[in-house]
Amino acid sequence: MEFKTFVFYFLSAILVFAGLRVITSRNPVHAALYLVLAFFTASGVWMLLQAEFLAIALVLVYVGAVMVLFLFVVMMLDINLDRLREGFWSYLPLGAIIGLLMVAEMGLVLGGNYLGLLESSVRQATTEDSNVQAIGRLMFTEYVYPFELASVILLVGIIAAVALTQRAKRTNKSVSPSQQVFVKARDRVRVLQMPAEKSD
Amino acid sequence: MMVDALQGLLQGLFGSLFPLVWTVLKIVLIIAPLLLAVAYLTFWERKVIGWMQVRIGPNRVGPWGLIQPIADGLKLLLKEVVIPTGSDKSVFLLAPMFAFAPALAAWAVIPFNDTLVLANVNASLLYIMSITSIGVYGIILSGWASNSKYAFLGGMRSAAQMISYEVAMGLALVVVLMVSNSLNLGDIVKGQGRGYFAEHGLGFLSWNWLPLLPMFVVYLVAIVAETNRAPFDLAEGESEIVGFHVEYSGMAFAVFFLAEYANMILVSTLTSTLFLGGWLSPVGFLPDGILWLFLKISAVLFVFLWIRATFPRYRYDQIMRLGWKVFIPLCLIWLVVVGTWMMSPLNIWK
Repeated sequence: MEFKTFVFYFLSAILVFAGLRVITSRNPVHAALYLVLAFFTASGVWMLLQAEFLAIALVLVYVGAVMVLFLFVVMMLDINLDRLREGFWSYLPLGAIIGLLMVAEMGLVLGGNYLGLLESSVRQATTEDSNVQAIGRLMFTEYVYPFELASVILLVGIIAAVALTQRAKRTNKSVSPSQQVFVKARDRVRVLQMPAEKSD
Repeated sequence: MMVDALQGLLQGLFGSLFPLVWTVLKIVLIIAPLLLAVAYLTFWERKVIGWMQVRIGPNRVGPWGLIQPIADGLKLLLKEVVIPTGSDKSVFLLAPMFAFAPALAAWAVIPFNDTLVLANVNASLLYIMSITSIGVYGIILSGWASNSKYAFLGGMRSAAQMISYEVAMGLALVVVLMVSNSLNLGDIVKGQGRGYFAEHGLGFLSWNWLPLLPMFVVYLVAIVAETNRAPFDLAEGESEIVGFHVEYSGMAFAVFFLAEYANMILVSTLTSTLFLGGWLSPVGFLPDGILWLFLKISAVLFVFLWIRATFPRYRYDQIMRLGWKVFIPLCLIWLVVVGTWMMSPLNIWK
């Protein structure tokens, strides 16, 4: 067996195990940590495909930022595990349908070559251009409108989130920093002169 | 050459396993001096702060106190690792490793001179950013796994601080890679060796710190905040606020400590590479070499210690304000300024 094949199966085994543990783990924080492991190994698999930019971006964005915030939320929630497990059977049909749909979609994508759905095969990385340059060039030429549109949507999301948190009436007593820096010592402290008492 | 002889010997000895052995040997050659440097950085810190406060600093263990870090390490090694009741044991012990491992893994792509680099990857800057962003897990997990409200709140606070400053740091790096036209650290250093001043023998004026001075300042402050060092060291402000590692003791605590100092050395190396010309010599008549890199790293590390001895601790809301409301807008504006500069006829980075 070639070494690369061995690495692929090794990473895949970890990935499948981590994916299973995400949904079977009883503790939500553990589940989130297994998801981190899954992202990390998935990035290893992408690295094997020589998609180095995507692999690093996956770690940078999902492991480094998204999952940290996710963990923040999961850790702060007061989760009652028994309550969470209630209604498993009533949700099962809906979950099963969604799961089957996803399997069908994946089958279409992965079997696309076989079924003749895809016109072009996946473009291989060229040796003279680095991954980053190739993606950057495509992003700012061929896909510039979708790219800009996505960024505008994200910007709207950011502003909406900020606006939502700022809508409530201000209850804290924070002072504006510009006022703070102009404070002088004599506004706050009064130095009293007192004659020393004589000790007798 | 001796290296060639050794290479030949090992090739004969291990046969097809030779590349593996050779790489492991190179990794050891990076990690072992690094750990030694971490130990003596703690010693140097105590000495420098001592001198700045007109004290002598550690001076009892060995000549001039030189064995002090070894004694400290031994002491921590012999202490009991207390695991609090109700804590999540596996995550509790995993957290220090999460903090320490990224600080070591990032060294894989650091170039020491134009040929001496473990892995010459094209996207090495991105690799470093993504690997170092994992370090935050050590903080957040240790806070959660301790099963203590204080550690949890401390972990949240430190993690929020690190994530905030990562944004400013990343934007500063975007400007650097824009002018370097590369994500490869080696190419970024080589790019700093070109320019008007470098041709006239004044190489240090061609390095990125001068044309990108605002970004250099932002980066310097951001790395101090990112490593949880004074004046942003809320994590260990023991007198007024508690940090994420209050429940840790013995070697588990020592690993957090090691991670902090290893991260300091790592970010100092990055500063030297990205803004201070890496292995390049500051003046034309002296040859380039690895020694310059070590000198620059030491200088940046000294700034870390100097800052710690000089400034009072920031309040948490002041830290967050500085990161979000001062640095990020500054970086965004400077990004546009440099972009315009590069498109104008005055472009100096051709």
